[in-house]
Amino acid sequence: MAAFVVRRILVNIVVFMLIGIGVFLLVRAAPGDPVRMMISPEDLQEGSEQFIQARRAELGLDDPILVQYARWLLDAISGDLGSSFLNREPVSGLLLERLGPTVLLMSTALGISLLIAVPLGTIAAVRRNTGVDYAAAALSLGVISVPSFFLGITAIYVFSLQLGWLPSSGMSTPDGGGGADVLKHLIMPAAILGLAAAGPLTRYVRGSLIDELSADYVRTAEAKGGSLARVVSRHALRNSLIPLITIVMINIPQMLAGAVVLEQVFAWPGMGQLAVRAVNTQDYPVIVGFALYVAALVLVCNLVADIAYAVVDPRVKVT
Amino acid sequence: MESTEPLLVIDDLAVEFRTDEGVVKAVDGASFSVGRGEIVGVVGESGSGKSVTAMSILGLVKSGRRAGGTIRFRGRDLATLPAKELRAIRGAEIAMIFQDPMTALNPVVTVGRQIVEALKLHDKKLSKAAARDRAIELLALVGMPDAAARFKQYPHEFSGGMRQRAMIAMAIANGPSLLIADEPTTALDVTIQAQVLDLLKVAQQETQAATLLITHDLGVVAELADRVVVMYAGRVVEQGDVTTVFTEPRHPYTVGLLESLPRLDRDVDELHPIPGSPPSLLAPPPGCPFHPRCPLARDRCRTERPQPRVVGAGHQSACHFAAELAAVHTEVTR
Repeated sequence: MAAFVVRRILVNIVVFMLIGIGVFLLVRAAPGDPVRMMISPEDLQEGSEQFIQARRAELGLDDPILVQYARWLLDAISGDLGSSFLNREPVSGLLLERLGPTVLLMSTALGISLLIAVPLGTIAAVRRNTGVDYAAAALSLGVISVPSFFLGITAIYVFSLQLGWLPSSGMSTPDGGGGADVLKHLIMPAAILGLAAAGPLTRYVRGSLIDELSADYVRTAEAKGGSLARVVSRHALRNSLIPLITIVMINIPQMLAGAVVLEQVFAWPGMGQLAVRAVNTQDYPVIVGFALYVAALVLVCNLVADIAYAVVDPRVKVT
Repeated sequence: MESTEPLLVIDDLAVEFRTDEGVVKAVDGASFSVGRGEIVGVVGESGSGKSVTAMSILGLVKSGRRAGGTIRFRGRDLATLPAKELRAIRGAEIAMIFQDPMTALNPVVTVGRQIVEALKLHDKKLSKAAARDRAIELLALVGMPDAAARFKQYPHEFSGGMRQRAMIAMAIANGPSLLIADEPTTALDVTIQAQVLDLLKVAQQETQAATLLITHDLGVVAELADRVVVMYAGRVVEQGDVTTVFTEPRHPYTVGLLESLPRLDRDVDELHPIPGSPPSLLAPPPGCPFHPRCPLARDRCRTERPQPRVVGAGHQSACHFAAELAAVHTEVTR
């Protein structure tokens, strides 16, 4: 097991390096110029060109791309991902400060999606081709089909503007009331993000459980005198949830993409919001830093999925 | 007071499956019984309805529907029993052993826990430790070496034969009065088959359970069973005690089955397979379902469905010409 983990970590480091090169080059290959992006066109005047050139040289943007990469890599290895072009704040600091809110939003959403998908998928599978199953299918397809920003805006309209129950933006009220206040801000974005993820997961749980329910060992459990609830929960569900680990882990990056959108809608101070702003201003170091954080998240999730698989399924032996 | 009726009486059972092409009559008016402590073999080709019959005893036929008849166990009709009462019988008074031990055990639960589950489902007061001890005892009883260590292992750590032993241990856990074994040796290697058959015999003697043995293997029936029920196209075509049916078959299908078997005790030059293939149960042929393959078929067979008739002591055949068959069979085997 330890050897497996070490080997996977080494492989992941190589993958991580390659992603770093890819992102670094792609960002610089995009058209546009970060220094020009900082100046609004009406401010351009005589002498501006010299200023722009001076700033480019200062930021090292005139050097050959490989030199730029080497410089960035050496700094990155020592933990320094550079500074934002925009406000010269260190990228690591910017991202770390926003990592917490994003992780809070995503983990809550993940919890919500599982709390919806597992029971609903189970009921749909056990009562398949009945009204409950069709209702679950309609709900799943509904949340898959409706974009989450639309759900977000609708929720803000209903719960913030009309009913006034929940705050519409941010993570806390300025002189706010601690945990309960954060929770109030969290409910809408997390619920919508969770709902969107629950759609496909519900379908998956249903399909996987239907397969397991027709398995021979389920018949054995029934022949032993187990009740339906017991046969489903102790036998079929346990088997059908094993592949769910992988599905959930694969879905985490997708969920992050959803989080980026919802962080915009709800002004949630997470990494997504930062990334959108960085892309808009061509803030290279922040974009690359964000991409590396996401890559690290995906790689770690995959590793966790592999390990969890080996822990949950006695048939899987990792060596 | 217990009635004088046999332990299990299947009377005119019909089981149907609705498919896109139409209604499949998998079992079509089958009747037979199993007495206390008796071993009854049910033989037939694939699709003869033997497994469906076995499954419907405990109500385990998933998509099918009982279209008629009764399944009486100790005088109670299992098919109309409330779900809760049926569950109390499943695994306790009637236990099943399935065909494929590779898939019949839950792969993510230890073998020991699966046996413990069978015990605890029917004895809520049984303590964890006592259930564990009893399960290890059962594993040892079915010839599992190092039972205590095996208790903690998962099915994938067992060979096919060992898994079938574990299945048998699970089936006899609650001392059932009826064991249903659905093709218990079909999925196993030939060498293991003999061991498992021996074990079934031991288990039967140990529990004194009546056994319903579903198989397509006449050799298995000859080895184990007291009586044999021959099924074809969802119907019982012949039944009687093993010696009688094997030496004096009174149905051309049974004759065909016996002639297609290699024999060690007799000099047989050639094996005679039954020509043709079993009929479609979507549209079974009119009259006797066997007539398209029967060497003795006449006009009457094509129109009139033969009913089971007594042809000897405890011996029934559903052939219009059962009486004539004695002479014909002797001629064929000579």
